[in-house]
Amino acid sequence: MMRTIRIGSGAGYSGDRIEPALELAEKGDLQYLVFECLGERTVALAQQARMKDPDGGYDPLLEERMRAVLPVCAAKGIKIVTNMGAANPEAAARKTAEIARSLGLSSLKIAAVIGDDVLDACKDGDLPIMEFDGTIKQLGNRLLSANAYLGAEPMAQALGEGADIVITGRASDPALFLAPMIHAFGWAMDDWNLLGQGTVAGHLLECAGQITGGYFADPGYKDVAGLARLGFPIGEVGEDGALVITKVAGSGGAVTAQTCKEQLLYEVHDPRRYLQPDVVADFSQVKVEEIAPDRVRISGGRGTQRTDTLKVSVGYVDSFIGEGQISYAGPGALARGRLALEIVRERLKLTGVAASELRFELIGVESLHGAEVSSHAAEPYEVRVRVAGRTESLREAIRIGNEVETLYTNGPAAGGGAWKSARDVVAVASVLLPRDLAKPQIRFVGA
Amino acid sequence: MKLRDIAHSRTGDKGNTSNISVIAYHEKHYPLLLAQVTSARVKAHFAGVVEGEVVRYELPDISALNFVMSAALGGGVTRSLALDAHGKSLSSALLDLDIEPASGDN
Repeated sequence: MMRTIRIGSGAGYSGDRIEPALELAEKGDLQYLVFECLGERTVALAQQARMKDPDGGYDPLLEERMRAVLPVCAAKGIKIVTNMGAANPEAAARKTAEIARSLGLSSLKIAAVIGDDVLDACKDGDLPIMEFDGTIKQLGNRLLSANAYLGAEPMAQALGEGADIVITGRASDPALFLAPMIHAFGWAMDDWNLLGQGTVAGHLLECAGQITGGYFADPGYKDVAGLARLGFPIGEVGEDGALVITKVAGSGGAVTAQTCKEQLLYEVHDPRRYLQPDVVADFSQVKVEEIAPDRVRISGGRGTQRTDTLKVSVGYVDSFIGEGQISYAGPGALARGRLALEIVRERLKLTGVAASELRFELIGVESLHGAEVSSHAAEPYEVRVRVAGRTESLREAIRIGNEVETLYTNGPAAGGGAWKSARDVVAVASVLLPRDLAKPQIRFVGA
Repeated sequence: MKLRDIAHSRTGDKGNTSNISVIAYHEKHYPLLLAQVTSARVKAHFAGVVEGEVVRYELPDISALNFVMSAALGGGVTRSLALDAHGKSLSSALLDLDIEPASGDN
């Protein structure tokens, strides 16, 4: 009989709901529970946190998540794979061990996968940046972090060495799911079609609720029941790559051909070449078939040989952003909002605020898609003025919000609810690193 | 009719590139998508938003198109001044496209 594993997806981003993961652990009949919690820029912010505290730099919700799911996962033998290690997987593993001990679960084996931090290798190579003209060295002291998207191999190896919990930093999101498949079925690391189909599974599962009806509802067109108690997805994967996406019976949401198709193409560019550390996956011939309520069969994922490079996410201090908002309502709200924007535009010039880029817009009218796309919309009852600008210093950024706030006593009639902010911007760019320059390692921590 | 009547859509982001899927509810409408939802039309629809090129990929097995739009996110998700830095709301805007029904269609 063909062997099958059930992998649950317990988080689609770092701040995601926690109780659907517990529901999966309790009722999902799982062997593996994966938490994908590391956004593009999160690792750079986490690196800043680690610089302030050598024991910090991992996911801020790690403790809450682990406390919620560890007792049931330990009781049922469900293994956990997560990138909640962020910039400090070893500290995250030590913290998890401490939590396990405090819960009386002292037999758990916890592994940290390290080696995604490739800052030194990137500096030595002075690699070119993909998004704009320039190199790593040219970022100078604005450079914060460089983390390679590791593949599934070290995670699968940790599982093979008996880890109950595997904690990584930067790794490819689908690889978090591919690792249990490679471990459970012994897939060869050059069986490109299997790795491609496994990547399809990981890609579909990694955003958790986005395949069970979250980020999907459009009343009257695409109705979804129970979004307040949305169930998170389960992938049933066979050793030959057969895949069914489902969820816990009775949970909210829905798994349909439509939800699966939307997620299949989410954040995908050329569907024939979805670049991953372990494989170049090909989604172009994937088939989607509803076989029962909340059960969708996915087949046809393929792959070709992996590339010689790993994508590296480079975090750097980009600039500062200052912002201010204020609202107008009732008859003439639109005209007063436009007048407010004109006033702030003139004020920023008059007072010499040094901004390299500025946005003037009305929330409720044109802020999301610009004046051209929005030009035929009806006049709203209320509008919210928004001015945002990019500056080289926090001091200049603060001045932008101030010029909106002073509209209270100096601007059009009846402005209310002013708000302002100024913040530094840690941005992310990418470089490609020769694969052999990243050297993943596994460190075990006993509970 | 509107594109919203025959297709659904989701937006994704990577760096300064946005992708929008357009998926026919019924495979019989896929030829309408192929014929009428062209890269040029999508680029024109997002005038003032998308500064780069728009490339279309076809996925006949799931009756879907995937549009990849470069220089579409105000410099990139992590540094954009935009309220919706990810461009997540773009999919809804695209569903407002007018579609000419095929003859005999309803």
